[in-house]
Amino acid sequence: MSTRTAAKTSWAVGNTVVVVLALVPVLWLASLSFKDPSTIADGSFLPHKWTLANYRGIFQTSLFTRALVNSIGIAVIATLLAVILGSMAAYAVARLRFPGKQVLVAVTLLIAMFPAISLVSPLFNLWRQLGLFDTWPGLIIPYLTFSLPLAIYTLSAFFREIPWELERAAQVDGATPMQAFLQVIAPLAAPGMVTTAILVFIFCWTDFVFAISLTSTSRSQTVPAAIAFFSGASQFQTPIGSIAAAGVVITIPIILFVFFFQRRIVAGLTSGAVKG
Amino acid sequence: MTVHSGATGVAQAPPQVQPRHRRATPLSEGARAERRLGWLLCAPAVIVMLAVTAYPIGYAVWLSLQRYDLRFPAARRFVGLANYATVLTDHLWWTAFGVTLFITAVSVAVELVLGMGLAMIMRWALVGRGAVRTAILIPYGIVTVVAAYSWQYAWTPGTGYLANLLPSGSAPLTEQWPAIFIIIGAEIWKTTPFMALLLLAGLSLVPEELLRAAKVDGASAWQRFTQVILPLMKPAILVALLFRTLDALRIFDNIFILTAGANNTRSVSILGYDNLFTALNLGVGSTISVLIFIAVAIIAFVFVKGFGTAAPGQEVDRR
Repeated sequence: MSTRTAAKTSWAVGNTVVVVLALVPVLWLASLSFKDPSTIADGSFLPHKWTLANYRGIFQTSLFTRALVNSIGIAVIATLLAVILGSMAAYAVARLRFPGKQVLVAVTLLIAMFPAISLVSPLFNLWRQLGLFDTWPGLIIPYLTFSLPLAIYTLSAFFREIPWELERAAQVDGATPMQAFLQVIAPLAAPGMVTTAILVFIFCWTDFVFAISLTSTSRSQTVPAAIAFFSGASQFQTPIGSIAAAGVVITIPIILFVFFFQRRIVAGLTSGAVKG
Repeated sequence: MTVHSGATGVAQAPPQVQPRHRRATPLSEGARAERRLGWLLCAPAVIVMLAVTAYPIGYAVWLSLQRYDLRFPAARRFVGLANYATVLTDHLWWTAFGVTLFITAVSVAVELVLGMGLAMIMRWALVGRGAVRTAILIPYGIVTVVAAYSWQYAWTPGTGYLANLLPSGSAPLTEQWPAIFIIIGAEIWKTTPFMALLLLAGLSLVPEELLRAAKVDGASAWQRFTQVILPLMKPAILVALLFRTLDALRIFDNIFILTAGANNTRSVSILGYDNLFTALNLGVGSTISVLIFIAVAIIAFVFVKGFGTAAPGQEVDRR
């Protein structure tokens, strides 16, 4: 009994260390964002004087609010498109026999490992010629490209687990093909699609390379890119507080995802690794 | 796969069965429809993926063969491999290349060890497994730029809680080696969770009974780890190493925020970006893009061929 308690205690200590290490940088940023401008450079881990001024400040500047709208809009549209196109391809990969499937899987994998910076210079030039530079589609298209491998990979792993015989069974029982799909298959496919959507959204939400290379104004600049320009362009007192506050704001969706979809995210990230 | 093995089987043992030349016989209507549907469903994804990768990389090769300075667009002309000669004889490129390799090697090695530990915690910890799993997803999901700012302020003298632990007067982010180690630390913090989850997937394939049997046979914990767990996890470890190595080679965000490449802390990606957006030299910038692409392709090839990493997805057809 006592060895078990000892084991439990040592696990608990180890786990606490892990949790603290994982959270400290986030808490530090949150602390900075709540510090009064006069105390922001005091080096204390916790604020001595709390304030919401930094948050009020960023939400009053269009630089941040428009970047937030861009971030949300671009990530949501890219995610929807990636899940739709990815589901189509993943269904084919998981269920159909056709020549070229291996090639498709190999190409998908190559693209997943493609160094994004290699595309920045050609895309920068192409987008200027095509009028896509500094527009939403200008970012949505590369995001879609780089999230499709992730989407196809994750979705085909999920789709392979679906008991597709149920579809035929439902049809034998008198359901039309449409009914069979909507009432039997769609609910089974939904969890995989939600998981994929979360992973793709996180990918688009966190991108920085494309965001600073293919945008130049608040027309399409996303928050990670806009933050990098806070220091120079801000009218508010201290860029540290503003950057910290903006950082906390764009971390909130991630924290929500992690709390509500923790299991799904883990399943999604590991599905490919187990299957492959 | 199955079609091919069937065909060779027929070739090796011809007398027994009527040769079934599946390829020669016309496909049934159903098979042809399936084939068409398969291509149709994949077409949009394939088009989007290739249009934004294959075409631009070809275009980058074309740009890299030209003198093309955006400040002097009129002086644009074809110069052959001159840009490659310029880049490959420049110490800036080799410094950036060395820094990138160093950061990649150190961070991936440390992450492998830490990730393995985390994977074991997530599989076997008696308490707090869920808490660990939730907590490590925060570094995975957080915007890299945001995390990088957190580290930057933490190491800024006066402002930061970490900088205040150092002797006064030291500004680690303004010196090459301390800055590189801070960059590595930020990278490790951010990406170890991903490594850990990939390893957890491999670890969960190790059967509990096997470990119990080894224990009964008197194997120590270390022996069980090196002789049972590691061999069974080899494919997962190689996949995790491949993913993380190729990912680390493109390191950009952390360096951009932490040092902006000052004091010789540039990675090759930062160098390419600087040439494009600071020097506005599209020709040299594209040359660096192409060189990075070639380097990544070589390393991926070495991994897959040399170490026999089963390219993930290869067994997709196994059903």
